Amino acid sequence: MLLKALPATAELQARLSQPFVEGSFATAQGAVPRISTRLTLKDRLGALRVRLSIGRSSYRILPGLYAAGSPSRSSPVFVTANYKLSFDALKQALAGIHSWILVIDTRGVNVWCAAGKGSFGNEELARRIASTRLALHVDHRELILPQLAGPGVSAPRFAKDHGWRLRFGPVRAADIPAYLAAGLAKTEEMRRVRFSARDRLVLAPLELVAGLKKLAPCLLLFLTAAFLAAPKDPGAALARSAWAFLPFALAYAATTLLFPLLLPALPGRAFSLKGAILGLTLASLAILASKAPPLLALSYLLAMPALSGWFGLLFTGSTTYTSLSGVELEVRAARLPLLIAGAAGLGLRLALLAGRI
Amino acid sequence: MPRTLKSWSYLANGTTLRLEEERCVGCGLCLEVCPHGVFSLRQAAGTSTIASAEPAGSAKAAIVARESCMECGACAWNCPCGALSVRTGVGCAVAVLNGRKRGGSPDCCCDEESGCC
Repeated sequence: MLLKALPATAELQARLSQPFVEGSFATAQGAVPRISTRLTLKDRLGALRVRLSIGRSSYRILPGLYAAGSPSRSSPVFVTANYKLSFDALKQALAGIHSWILVIDTRGVNVWCAAGKGSFGNEELARRIASTRLALHVDHRELILPQLAGPGVSAPRFAKDHGWRLRFGPVRAADIPAYLAAGLAKTEEMRRVRFSARDRLVLAPLELVAGLKKLAPCLLLFLTAAFLAAPKDPGAALARSAWAFLPFALAYAATTLLFPLLLPALPGRAFSLKGAILGLTLASLAILASKAPPLLALSYLLAMPALSGWFGLLFTGSTTYTSLSGVELEVRAARLPLLIAGAAGLGLRLALLAGRI
Repeated sequence: MPRTLKSWSYLANGTTLRLEEERCVGCGLCLEVCPHGVFSLRQAAGTSTIASAEPAGSAKAAIVARESCMECGACAWNCPCGALSVRTGVGCAVAVLNGRKRGGSPDCCCDEESGCC
């Protein structure tokens, strides 16, 4: 009967041959891949590749049941997404903890995003419990989920529909040992999502390159304006346009770094306002540094806050705490003023460059 | 417990979160799933707050940091008695601007493969 129930399927073979699997754990229900709880150099390189979005889809974990150490029928079951970085964080935290890991299919998306989109949800969880025959591996009926699965998984509904008690563990897998030691109790800190300076700055290099690419067409406008002023001296026109463009490029570059870094310290709560205040500061610095005459100063005072304010507005997409309703309010209030100020400042600077004022 | 943790706050009127206190049974699950410490459990009659998320009989959930709500929906989805409601979504200006342009609802800039979030 056992033999019939448990053939070594191709699916199991594929899961066993994943690089992080260090062998198979024999159970009464058949072999379960046993994972290594160490993070190898290969894992770290892989993490880098995931971050840089190289061959991302190859960093999916095959869904199914895995063993950490030698779990028993009373060992805890941890649930995670089949996204490499989510899985790696969990397996590292489980060093020395005999437990089961249920990897569900979130199509390679991390826990929080997948929960928001519903793929880390009650349905997939129930399906995976059934397909792994988890109920035959453990005597208890309790699963520990990452807290950030909350937007997708409803514990009360799951208990009612499927009879499993779901517990929301800490936000960060690294807190799991302390969570277990405390008898499955979380401290306030374990419940909170962080947004450290490092988290905020991780995207800065990409933002910088992407932003300067978007600004590049403006350089053409500057060139055109400078040629209009000095059609007979292209060399001088080129130099003048580059020189005129430089403060805006520098202000933008400074914003991509300073806005994320100073986010909690910048006054106001609206991101566009925070950005505009930063831009105003940068414009003041540019005016002082270049001893700009009044009209040029005005162009800086209009365009730079608009540029930084817009950057701030778009940065809402990179945070861990902005709400849709709040962003809608902000977009409605700030979109037009920012566009008008930006166009006015840029227009003024171009008119000055073309010698029309 | 004094709130010593750094909390992230966005616009005070930037959330659709609603709590119907009369429906709340004080189970504390909203405290367990909220990633920004929006809730606290209070004795229904008094004003003292309890930091623990353990069920406490006459306790009721209260919204204590409304400006920290990001409308992720975890609390409403997990509330066993339907006391919480919120319109969920992603607070991303690019999505909102895309939605305006197409005249539809906010549309995420990224698909699952790009995994931008």
